[in-house]
Amino acid sequence: MSTEFGQKSHDTLVDAKLQLAIYTATGRLKEHRIAAVSDAALPDYQELRTQANAIKKHTIDNLDHYLEEFERNVEARGGKVVYCKDGTEVSDFILNLAKERAAHLIVKSKSMTTEEVDLNERLEHHGLESVETDLGEYILQLAHQRPYHIVAPALHMTRYDVAALFERELHVPLETVPEKQTALARSVLRQKFLAADIGISGANFLVADSGAVVIIENEGNARLTTSAPKIHIAVAGIEKVIPRAQDLATFLKLLARSATGQLLSVYTSFLAGPRRAGEIDGPDEFYVVLLDNGRTRLLPDKAKRQSLFCIRCGACLNTCPVYRKIGGHSFPWVYSGPIGAILTPQFMGVQHEPALPFASSLCGACGEVCPVKIDIPKILLELRSDIKKSDAREGRNRLEKLGFRAFAWLMTHPRMFEMAGRIGRSMGWPTTTKGPLGAWLSERDLPPLPAHSFREMWRRR
Amino acid sequence: MSRDYILHKIRTALGRGAGQAVADPPAARILVPEVSTEVRVASMLERVRALAGEAVESDDPRAFVANAIAGKTAIASNAPFLAERGITSLPGVRSGITDREELRELCATADVGITSVDYALADTGTLVLLSSPREARMISLLPPAHIAVVPRARILTGLDELFSLLPNPADSTSSMVLITGPSRTADIEQILVRGVHGPGLLSVVVTG
Repeated sequence: MSTEFGQKSHDTLVDAKLQLAIYTATGRLKEHRIAAVSDAALPDYQELRTQANAIKKHTIDNLDHYLEEFERNVEARGGKVVYCKDGTEVSDFILNLAKERAAHLIVKSKSMTTEEVDLNERLEHHGLESVETDLGEYILQLAHQRPYHIVAPALHMTRYDVAALFERELHVPLETVPEKQTALARSVLRQKFLAADIGISGANFLVADSGAVVIIENEGNARLTTSAPKIHIAVAGIEKVIPRAQDLATFLKLLARSATGQLLSVYTSFLAGPRRAGEIDGPDEFYVVLLDNGRTRLLPDKAKRQSLFCIRCGACLNTCPVYRKIGGHSFPWVYSGPIGAILTPQFMGVQHEPALPFASSLCGACGEVCPVKIDIPKILLELRSDIKKSDAREGRNRLEKLGFRAFAWLMTHPRMFEMAGRIGRSMGWPTTTKGPLGAWLSERDLPPLPAHSFREMWRRR
Repeated sequence: MSRDYILHKIRTALGRGAGQAVADPPAARILVPEVSTEVRVASMLERVRALAGEAVESDDPRAFVANAIAGKTAIASNAPFLAERGITSLPGVRSGITDREELRELCATADVGITSVDYALADTGTLVLLSSPREARMISLLPPAHIAVVPRARILTGLDELFSLLPNPADSTSSMVLITGPSRTADIEQILVRGVHGPGLLSVVVTG
C-alpha cells in the first residue's frame, strides 16, 4: 500500500485516542441497529429489504423515465428542476440565482452530495457566506475538515476539541459541556437562519409521482433551512429518485433503523414545491438540482449499477472491521467505509486510489447489513479485477506478471520445482525491509520452513 | 443547462429510447393492521414517553395547556380544533396569524408553540403536520417547546396507514412533516442533547 491512503491509515492505527473514539461510536451505532432490526422489533425486516432492493433496481433500470416524471411533477407544483453535470454547473446556477435575488447569506443542511463538489468553498470563493447548520457539520466547517462518517460527521472529535475550536473561531470562553456547546451553536445558527436569503439542503429521496423532496434529520436544521429563507434549493444525486410516495412506507422503516437504530428520525420532511396559496409560511421559490457528477458512469455495467441503490445510512461503515480501524479520513474521497470503497473508484476512476478495493477482508458484513441489499463484496471483487486489467493495459504490473509467469513455469517443470525448493529451504525466508517485498513482509509472520519437502518424505516412506 | 445531455447519457447507458414505456414498478408494500383505538392511544403515549416527550390523555386539554404555559408566552396554530377546545383564548396565547413575517417574529420569541395534528402514528409516536392555512411550519419548529393536541380519532397505526390515506401527500400540501420526539443531536461524543434547532421539549395531549 503506497500513497496517502496507506499513510493516513497508519496514522489512524497508531492514534490510541482516535482508535477508541471510532470503536466506541461505531460500536454503539452498530448495537442500536441490531436491536432495531431484530425479529422482535421488526419482524418483516427481510421482506422490507427485498422490497427496497426491488424498487431501487426498477428505478435505476428506468432512471430517465422517473427523472422526467419527477421533473414534470415538481414543475406542476411551481418548482423548478435544474440538471447539472458537475460541481461547476451547480455553483454557477446558485451564484447566478444569488446575484439575481441579491442574496448574500446561505444556510445549509447536511448533504453528502454537496460535499462531493465542495459547494461551500465554491460559493465562498465568490463572496457568499454559506453556513453549515447541522451541529456536526458546523463543527467541521469551523475546523475546515470533511465528514468522518456519513451519519456521524464529527465522530472523531472530542468535546475538548470542540471547546478549543469554539473558543478560537467564535471567540467565546472555553466550554467543555456538550449541552452548553450545543446551546451556543443553536444561538449562533438561529440568527443565521432568520437572516438567510437562501437555504440549501440535500435530499434523501426524490419522489417521482409527487415531485417531492424528502429530507430526514434529527436536529431541525433541515426544516429551518427549507422553510425559513424565501428560496429553497435541494441538491440531490440523480439516483435518489423513487417512484411513489407510498414507497416511503418501505424506505422510512429501513433508513433510520439502519443508521442510528431509531424507529424514525426526529424529522421527516416531505416537500413539494414552494408554499401554496393560503399556506402561512414556507419558501416562495423551490429548486431541485439533479447532479450527475459521475453517476451516469456507473450505469452501463449491470452488475455494478446497484452501487447507486445506496440510501446513505452508514450501516456498512459501522460494521466494517476495516473502517473501524482506519476511520473515515483515511479514505481518499468524501465517501468512506465499504460504500466509499465501491463508489470512489467508480466515480473517480479505478486508478484514483487503486489500493482501495483491496483494503477489505471480504468478510461480507457490509452486504449483510445493507438495507437495500447492495452486494458490496461482489462489487469489490469486480473492481479488483478492473484495476488489474487497467494496470495490465497501462503496463503497470510488469513485475507481478513476470513473477506469475515464472511461477507457472516452475509449477510445470517438476525437477526445477524440486531444485528451487531445496535452494529455498537452505536460504530461508527473505528478510528484506525494502521495496514491495519488504512492505509485504512487514505485516506478516511466516511459518518456520520444514527441513524436508513433502516429495522427499513421500519417497522415503 | 445539461438536461438533455444527462438524460441522453442515461438512456444510452441503459439502452433505452426517449419516452420508452416502463413496466410497472413492484407493487407498493402497504400493510395496515387492525388495531383498536385504545391500543393505538396506549402505544402513542408509550412511544412519545420513550422518546423523552411528555404524553397524557385528557378530556380537558385546555386545562393541561393552561397549566403548561402558565406565565409563558405561546403561539397557537389556526387549527379550528384548538379554538373549539378553548385553547386559543387562554391568557398569553396568540393565534389567528396569517402573515408570514409576523408569524415568524412571534415564533422566534414565544416560549411555546401549540399545534393540533393532521394525523399521529401510534407505532412510532409520530406527529404528522401538513402545512395549510390551519397549520404553519414554524410553530412546531422555532419555539423551545411544542405542545401538540391530538384528536384521538386521528391516531393511525403507522406509516402504512398514513400512506394509504395519503397516497400522494403533495396533492394536499407543499410540506408534510413527521415529528418523532424532541429535536436531538449526538454529534459531540455521541452524547445525547435535546433541543438543538427545533423544540427540546415536546408534550402530546391526546383527547376526544
